Amino acid sequence: MKPLALLFALAGTAALADTTLLNVSYDPTRELYQDVNAAFAKAWKAKTGETVTINQSHGGSGKQARAVIDGLEADVATLALGYDVDALHQKGKLIPADWQKRLPNQSAPYTSTIVFVVRKGNPKQIHDWDDLLKPGVLVVTPNPKTSGGARWNYLAAWGSALRKNGGDEAKARDFVTQLYRQVPILDSGARGATTTFGQRNIGHVLLAWENEAFLLTQELGKDRFEIITPSVSILAEPPVTVVDRYADKHGTRKVAQAYLDFLYTPEGQAIVAKHHFRPRTGAQPERPQLFTIDEVFGGWTKAQQTHFADRGVFDQIYEGGK
Amino acid sequence: MSALPFTRRAGVLPGYGLSLGITLFTVCLMVLLPLTALIVKASGVDWSDFSTSITGPRARAAFALSVGASLAAALVNGVFGTLVAWVLVRYRFFGRRVLDALVDLPFALPTAVAGIALATVYGQDGWLGSLLEPHGISVAYTRLGVTVALVFVGLPFVVRTVEPVLHELDPKVEEAAATLGASRVATFFRVIFPTFAPALLTGVSLAFARGLGEYGSIIFISGNMPLRTEIVPLLIVTKLEQYDYAGATAVAVVMLAVSFALLLLVNLFQARVRRARGLR
Repeated sequence: MKPLALLFALAGTAALADTTLLNVSYDPTRELYQDVNAAFAKAWKAKTGETVTINQSHGGSGKQARAVIDGLEADVATLALGYDVDALHQKGKLIPADWQKRLPNQSAPYTSTIVFVVRKGNPKQIHDWDDLLKPGVLVVTPNPKTSGGARWNYLAAWGSALRKNGGDEAKARDFVTQLYRQVPILDSGARGATTTFGQRNIGHVLLAWENEAFLLTQELGKDRFEIITPSVSILAEPPVTVVDRYADKHGTRKVAQAYLDFLYTPEGQAIVAKHHFRPRTGAQPERPQLFTIDEVFGGWTKAQQTHFADRGVFDQIYEGGK
Repeated sequence: MSALPFTRRAGVLPGYGLSLGITLFTVCLMVLLPLTALIVKASGVDWSDFSTSITGPRARAAFALSVGASLAAALVNGVFGTLVAWVLVRYRFFGRRVLDALVDLPFALPTAVAGIALATVYGQDGWLGSLLEPHGISVAYTRLGVTVALVFVGLPFVVRTVEPVLHELDPKVEEAAATLGASRVATFFRVIFPTFAPALLTGVSLAFARGLGEYGSIIFISGNMPLRTEIVPLLIVTKLEQYDYAGATAVAVVMLAVSFALLLLVNLFQARVRRARGLR
């Protein structure tokens, strides 16, 4: 037994000197966190002398949350929507109920919004939400039942229609119903929708995260696409949290906390801006006017129940019933 | 038939107990255990939840599409897979080995890659899509597309089950039939076909079962439109996305029951055929 115990002791000290964090995140943050990880490791080394290695895992936001609930031992979770982080509390009891109050800005160190991508020259003359309903316009957006990003798109459309019609729910519902009649394909994820629009040339407008829209125009060429910012859109706030149960188990709470705090520092915010997310500090552009999910929908849990649960509004749009 | 299932038959080689033990252990561990977990999970589901999960209009449409497209694809594979197997066994030609290896590719290829490739080829700007669309034939993002993808993933099942049987088939038998005055059609249907029919049935049912469960390639080519091109596995993923484990389990159990009933039926049928021919 003795040599074995020694081995464990050695492994223990090695782990102390060389901390590893696992950040479980969603799809479009891959490049962002690569930069953040390198910068944080450097800052942490300078501050404490400890070497920290951060591993990242990416996938659909809901799938990632389920993986953590089912035992993927993430020290921090940085997901696409509050609903998925809430699940870490409600389904997994991994974090406390008040997780969202533990960091500034509802625990969302960066934001994004939903914009339109159109083909160069904007042949269908699309400038705002109403233009999406012009006859013959095909809109590409993924399936809100399977994609977190798609849920933001849907809620952006609903909320902007509410604003235009003075809060008339029936009009908002008509708008969204008509909008989805003009959606030819519901990809299962946001990247799939980007491919459908960008590579397969399907549709006239792509509804996308602002950061994805920038990525698309930069990667597939500025001469092929244009970004159109609508007058009103939703403030997407992808939240971050320490996963208490696993961080405590690994003894990494302090560094995990510092890692998330780093996102709020000027250096962290600069990296966020570089990757086309919106930093919390500094001037915000005038267009679009932003509304939050709490203001319009009363939070994620309620929005999810009303719109995306089985036989919710989204299902009714397709099934026809009320 | 009259022998008890566990009665030992005297064999030339030893190891009956050991090999049966290992077999049962492996099957239990690798197949039965996860499936039992599924059933246990389903048994905790409220019956009314269970039935609403599987009888809604979307669920019914998805079941119809999954079963229909899988069946259509399996039948197409039954015809063309047999032809491919025949060609591979009977003819020697340049590139036969390459063709032989190609047949297995759908086994090896990640299904997502297959789906993306098919959507590219059959999309409105794709090689085939650009030829078909002007004639009003849409493949990508339609039910036809789902079937095409299932033909792709199912082909090797038919080829690889029929091939060895055709290999065993001595051409002399056909010659004998011909000398006895059988027409070519009669030779095929009365001499050749009955020999490989059981294997063909196995291959087709394997392809069908595979089609029911296929997810990766379909979601890229189907368009995932509710009531039109939504398949059952997508429904399961959709429910998981809402943390609705119970609903997902309910759908999964129905899928499982359909697949199992089908495979069992095929196995029983084959056992009957074999007995009828006096092969044990």
